[in-house]
Amino acid sequence: MDASLVITQLLNGMQLGVLLFLVCAGLTLVFGIMDFINLAHGSFYMIGAYMCGTVTMITDSFLIGVLLGIPLTLAVGYLTELTVVRRLYQRDHLDHVLATFGLILIFDTGVHLIWGAGGMAIPLPQWLDSQIRPAEDIVIPTYRVAIIVVGLAVAGGLYYVVTKTRVGMLIRAGASNRTMVEALGVDIKKLFTLVFAAGAAIAGVAGMMISPITEASIGMGNEIIIVAFVVIIIGGIGSIKGAFVGALIVGLIDTLGRSYLDQFLKLFMGAENAETAAPAISAMLVYILMAIVLAVRPQGLFPPKVR
Amino acid sequence: MSSRPNSIFSAPRWLIIGVVVMVLLAFAPPIIEALDQAFWLDVFTRMLILSIAAASLNLILGFGGMVSFGHAAFLGIGAYAVGIPAYYDEYSGFLHILLAVACAALYALITGAISLRTKGVHFIMITMAFGQMMFYGFVSLEEYGGDDGLIIYERSNFGDLIDMYDDTTFYYVCLVSLAVVLFIVHRLVNSRFGMVVKGSKSNERRMGALGFPTYRYRLTAYVISGAICGYAGALLGNFTEFISPEMMDWTRSGELIFMVVLGGTATIFGPVYGVLAFLVIEEILSAITTYWHLIFGLLLVLVVLFVQGGIAGLLRRWFSKKKEAV
Repeated sequence: MDASLVITQLLNGMQLGVLLFLVCAGLTLVFGIMDFINLAHGSFYMIGAYMCGTVTMITDSFLIGVLLGIPLTLAVGYLTELTVVRRLYQRDHLDHVLATFGLILIFDTGVHLIWGAGGMAIPLPQWLDSQIRPAEDIVIPTYRVAIIVVGLAVAGGLYYVVTKTRVGMLIRAGASNRTMVEALGVDIKKLFTLVFAAGAAIAGVAGMMISPITEASIGMGNEIIIVAFVVIIIGGIGSIKGAFVGALIVGLIDTLGRSYLDQFLKLFMGAENAETAAPAISAMLVYILMAIVLAVRPQGLFPPKVR
Repeated sequence: MSSRPNSIFSAPRWLIIGVVVMVLLAFAPPIIEALDQAFWLDVFTRMLILSIAAASLNLILGFGGMVSFGHAAFLGIGAYAVGIPAYYDEYSGFLHILLAVACAALYALITGAISLRTKGVHFIMITMAFGQMMFYGFVSLEEYGGDDGLIIYERSNFGDLIDMYDDTTFYYVCLVSLAVVLFIVHRLVNSRFGMVVKGSKSNERRMGALGFPTYRYRLTAYVISGAICGYAGALLGNFTEFISPEMMDWTRSGELIFMVVLGGTATIFGPVYGVLAFLVIEEILSAITTYWHLIFGLLLVLVVLFVQGGIAGLLRRWFSKKKEAV
C-alpha cells in the first residue's frame, strides 16, 4: 500500500460521501416533515445532470450550466410537488412508493424522449482540469477537490439554514410536531413545497457535479437512490446530521472496501479465495453495514428527537 | 374483510369469479393452439409464474401489511438455484426445487429477522436495500456470469414424471402450482395463524397485549412468502432458460408491488388479475410505442391516485351495485 494510492482512495471516498449527502439531504428533510417517502428523488439527481449538460453545451460554460441548472431542477421539483406529491401526503407509505415509482418511469422515459437513450458527456472546463501535487508522488485531480469543497459548502449552508434561520426553525418544528406548527398559523404546505423543491435542486447539484466524471445517463438516479436509502437508514431517517455522518461513512467504506478488501481478506484466507470473495463482499459491504447498524440500533445512529 | 353487512353473501362471489378465471386459464392452451398464436402461450406461462410470485408478496403485503420492496431477490434466488446446479451438470428437478425453496426461505429468515425489527418506511427501504445487496452480490460473482447472467442449458429434469420441455405441460405445471399456492394462501389467511398476522397489520400493539409474539408470527409469514416466491423463481429460471442479476433489480420488485396493488391487495385472486392486467397492458403499450414506460408510469400514478382497491375492488363494487339495482 503506497501513500499516494491511499490518499487518492480516501479522497474518492470523501467525494462519494459528499455527493451522497447532497442526495440524502432533501430525502431526509422531506421525510422528516411530511412523512413522505420519495423513490423518485434520484430522478432529480439525473435531471440536474441533464439540465446542466444541456446549458453547458449551449453556453459552452460549465459554470453557467450549474448556475442555470439549479433553478431548472428546482422548477421540476416544484412542479412534481404541485401535480402529484401534494395529493399523496394523506395516503399510506405503500401509495407513496408506488406513485413515486411511477414518477421514476415517467422521468426516465421523459429523459429518453428528450435527450435520447445514450448518455451525455459533459466536458470539464480547463480551469478545473488540472492536478494538485502537494508532495512528490501524490497527484490529486483539482476537480475532485472542487467536488468535495462544494459538497461541504452546501452541507455548511444547509446546517446554517436549518439551525440558525426562521425557515430552518419552522422545518425543525414541522419535523417534531406538524399539527402544532400548523395550529400556530404556519402554512406547512407552502413550507413543504419549498423544502421539496430545494431538496430536488440540491440532489440536482450532486448530479451536476458528478456528470463531468461519469457523464449523465438514464439509470444514474436509480443507482444512487438505494445507497441514499442505506445512508439515511444508518443515519436515522429525518436527521440531517445523521445523513451527513452516514453519507461519509458509507462513501468511505464503499470506496475503501472495493480497493483494499482483497488485501484484508488475504490475512484470513488463501490468496485465491480472497480474490474471488472480495468483489462480491465489497459490493455488499454497505448493506452488511446497514444490517449491523439496524441489529444494534433499529432507529439509526442519530434518530431525530420527538417522533 | 369488508365491513359491509352483505359481505357474507358477497364472499362466494369473488370465489366464483376467481374459479371461472382459473378454469378459463386451463382452457387457454387448446384455444391458443387453435388460433395458432404460440407466442401468447409464452405470455400466459409468464403470467402464471409471476402470479405465484405476486400471490406470495400479497400474503405479507396485503394480509400482513409488510411492504417488501425486495421480493425480486427471491425470484432471483429461485432462478439461480436452478442455474447454478445446472452449471455443474446437476439437472435433478427435485433438487432444484428443494434448493430454491430452502435458499429463499433461509434468505427470508436472515433478512426478515433484521428488517422486521423496524416498521413502515424503514421496512420498505431495508427490504429494498437487501434486495439490492443480492443484486450487486450476483453482479460481482464472475464465476456465474456476473453482469451478463447465466444461460441454463438444460431445464430441470423430473424423469418420466414431467417433461419440462413440452410447452403445454410446462404451462399446466405452472397453472397447478398457482392453484395450489392460492389454496395455501387462502387456508393460511383464514387460519388462526393468518388471523394473528392480519391482526398485527391493523394493530400490532393490541395483538402483543393479547399475548401473541407478533414478531415471530410476522417473521414466519415473511419466510413462507419468501419460500413460495423462491419456488416461482425456480419456475421462472426454467421458463426463460437464462438468469441474470437484472431479474432481481429493485425496479422488478416495484413492478411486483404494482401487480399486487393493481389486482387488489388482501384478496385471494387479486394478484392473478393484477399480473394479467399488467402483462396485457405491457404487451399492448410496447406494441404501440417504444416510449411505453411513460404511459405506464402515468397509469401507475393515476391508479394510485384514483383507483382504490385495485381490480378486485372494482369487481366487488361493480357486482354489489348490480345487486342493489336488482
